[in-house]
Amino acid sequence: MSTVQPAQEEAPQKTSSWLQRIWRNYMLRRVAAALFKIWIVITLTFFIVRLMPTNPIDAYVNELMDQYGFSYEEAKDQAAALFNIDLDSSLWDQYVQYMANLLHGDLGTSYRSKGTPVIKMIAKFLPWTLFSVGVSLLISFTLGILLGMIMAYRRESLLDHTLSALASIFSAIPNYLVGMMILVFLGVQWKIFPITKMRGSMSPGMKPAFTWAFIKDIFYHALLPILTYVLTTIGTWMLAMKSSTISTLGEDYITVAKARGLPERRIVTAYVGRNASLPLFTQLAISIGFIVGGSALIEFIFVYQGVGQLLLSSINTRDYPVMQGVFLVITIAVILANFLADFVYGWLDPRIRI
Amino acid sequence: MESLRRTFRLLTYNKVGFIGLLGVIFFVLMAFVGPYFVPLDTKTKVDKIYEPPSKTFWLGTDSEGRDIFSQIVHGGKDVLVVAFLAGIISTTIAVVLGSLSALAGGGVDGLIMALADIVLTIPQFPLLAVLAGLVKFNNVTLLAVILGVLSWPALTRAIRAQVLSLREREFVEAARALDLGTKHIILKEILPNMMSYIAINLIFAMTAAIYAQVGLVFLGLVPFSGHNWGVMLSLAWTRGAIFFKDSLWYIMSPVAAIALFQLSLISFTRLLEEIFNPRLRTSV
Repeated sequence: MSTVQPAQEEAPQKTSSWLQRIWRNYMLRRVAAALFKIWIVITLTFFIVRLMPTNPIDAYVNELMDQYGFSYEEAKDQAAALFNIDLDSSLWDQYVQYMANLLHGDLGTSYRSKGTPVIKMIAKFLPWTLFSVGVSLLISFTLGILLGMIMAYRRESLLDHTLSALASIFSAIPNYLVGMMILVFLGVQWKIFPITKMRGSMSPGMKPAFTWAFIKDIFYHALLPILTYVLTTIGTWMLAMKSSTISTLGEDYITVAKARGLPERRIVTAYVGRNASLPLFTQLAISIGFIVGGSALIEFIFVYQGVGQLLLSSINTRDYPVMQGVFLVITIAVILANFLADFVYGWLDPRIRI
Repeated sequence: MESLRRTFRLLTYNKVGFIGLLGVIFFVLMAFVGPYFVPLDTKTKVDKIYEPPSKTFWLGTDSEGRDIFSQIVHGGKDVLVVAFLAGIISTTIAVVLGSLSALAGGGVDGLIMALADIVLTIPQFPLLAVLAGLVKFNNVTLLAVILGVLSWPALTRAIRAQVLSLREREFVEAARALDLGTKHIILKEILPNMMSYIAINLIFAMTAAIYAQVGLVFLGLVPFSGHNWGVMLSLAWTRGAIFFKDSLWYIMSPVAAIALFQLSLISFTRLLEEIFNPRLRTSV
């Protein structure tokens, strides 16, 4: 092809060859795209957050006047003492400063909890969201796949119809309403769970350590959020797995496997299960982002100290650096989840391995 | 008469779907016609706090002794209007951008898909929580616009894929061979074949809008007041209604209203699927 081209065009091609090589490398391209997306999200949130009505100082002044009965002058003096932030420097300067700090791994410090680095606050809250959401996804995904397969094998049976109905009902109702019903019925009306004791992410005075008591405690506190997440997400997995299994059962290789006289257990796990669950892994990535993003509502209801709670309190106090930090972390979680899903997919399905 | 009976048989063919349709009709009537028949009870009655359901108070009374049923009747309109508007906005954007992306191809396609990719990456609910601050007091339309403008990407991708596949079908090729023009091909050949998909996704978009708007109002991030299921939920919550045995009806009425409406919508999609897709029917 290049023999026909005039000689002049060859020089610019060489200079951009390393760019082309990056472009051709799939992994590098994905990483570059991910970094670009993160930058876009940081920039967007930086400006959106500052467009919100009421700035952090006014939010604090209002709070002092409403809750502690301060007069406007008193509240303003108090606020001026707390905040030494310069909201008057131009938005662009603030943005350049923020990005420069970010490149050094500095997420800034909280306006409200004066001097506390945002990264420390996130490190305190994020593990609990990841723990509760991660455990829930693990449970609902595996259980959903198992039940979905059973439903496909026993289709049109009573079990299938009951599970199908329950699955559609629970996936149609918003998760925070399910959480509320759990709280109202299991907690207050029937008194099965002592909900006031289960608040928070662990019991007061509990020291994080790798002990049985600690593990029991954190699971106890995360129990109701996990129950809510599992109930509201398992239906989607069940129904998706059911239809996927039914179509897999019609494949030729299943018939061949049966004709070869392979043991039923091997057919169910290695042939049907593995192939039918493949399409669900891409959905898994999307749902991780959705659940982490939507955790604010569930954590608010169960007073669970996760990143959603942190986001809510920072929105209410207009704590810009904290809000942005939370956005950044959730966005990175979503992008990492996508990477992970691709990786797992490639590992499960050798046909698409790169 | 015969056609009417056939229509009815078609509607009742899928029982779950038909119940869903009845549910949707019920909620729409209650929200838009109901307020003319049920006056809103705003009088505080100290001696009637947290009464159980009775003949006068169908769903009991709230923390100030006011009738809950009248609040439920009056609280549906905002929720339904926001859901419908947001659904229409996001579905329209998705259909236009998706078709454009598939038909124009090249740079336009790349740009739209990149944009969809970025919007999908931004955590939706947190972004809504921040943008909700822009909504002024009881501004239903602005809330619907914000919800609609952020939730188009997934459907846009799906529409693009559908148009790409429909474009290669024989009937579209035939239309192209007959030189019927792009407008005819899009509006008369491709769009009608996607109608069921679009209608069902409009309903899904509505349920997503209900999820988000009630959630935002419940968290107190949207400065709504007055009578709205989300506001009721938020008030019941802040007044500590979950902690009393007697206040069960106060907190559960809006929960049930929202949950039942969502369920009706989802069940209704099953009926839509069968009406639009004759291949799913076994006999009518």
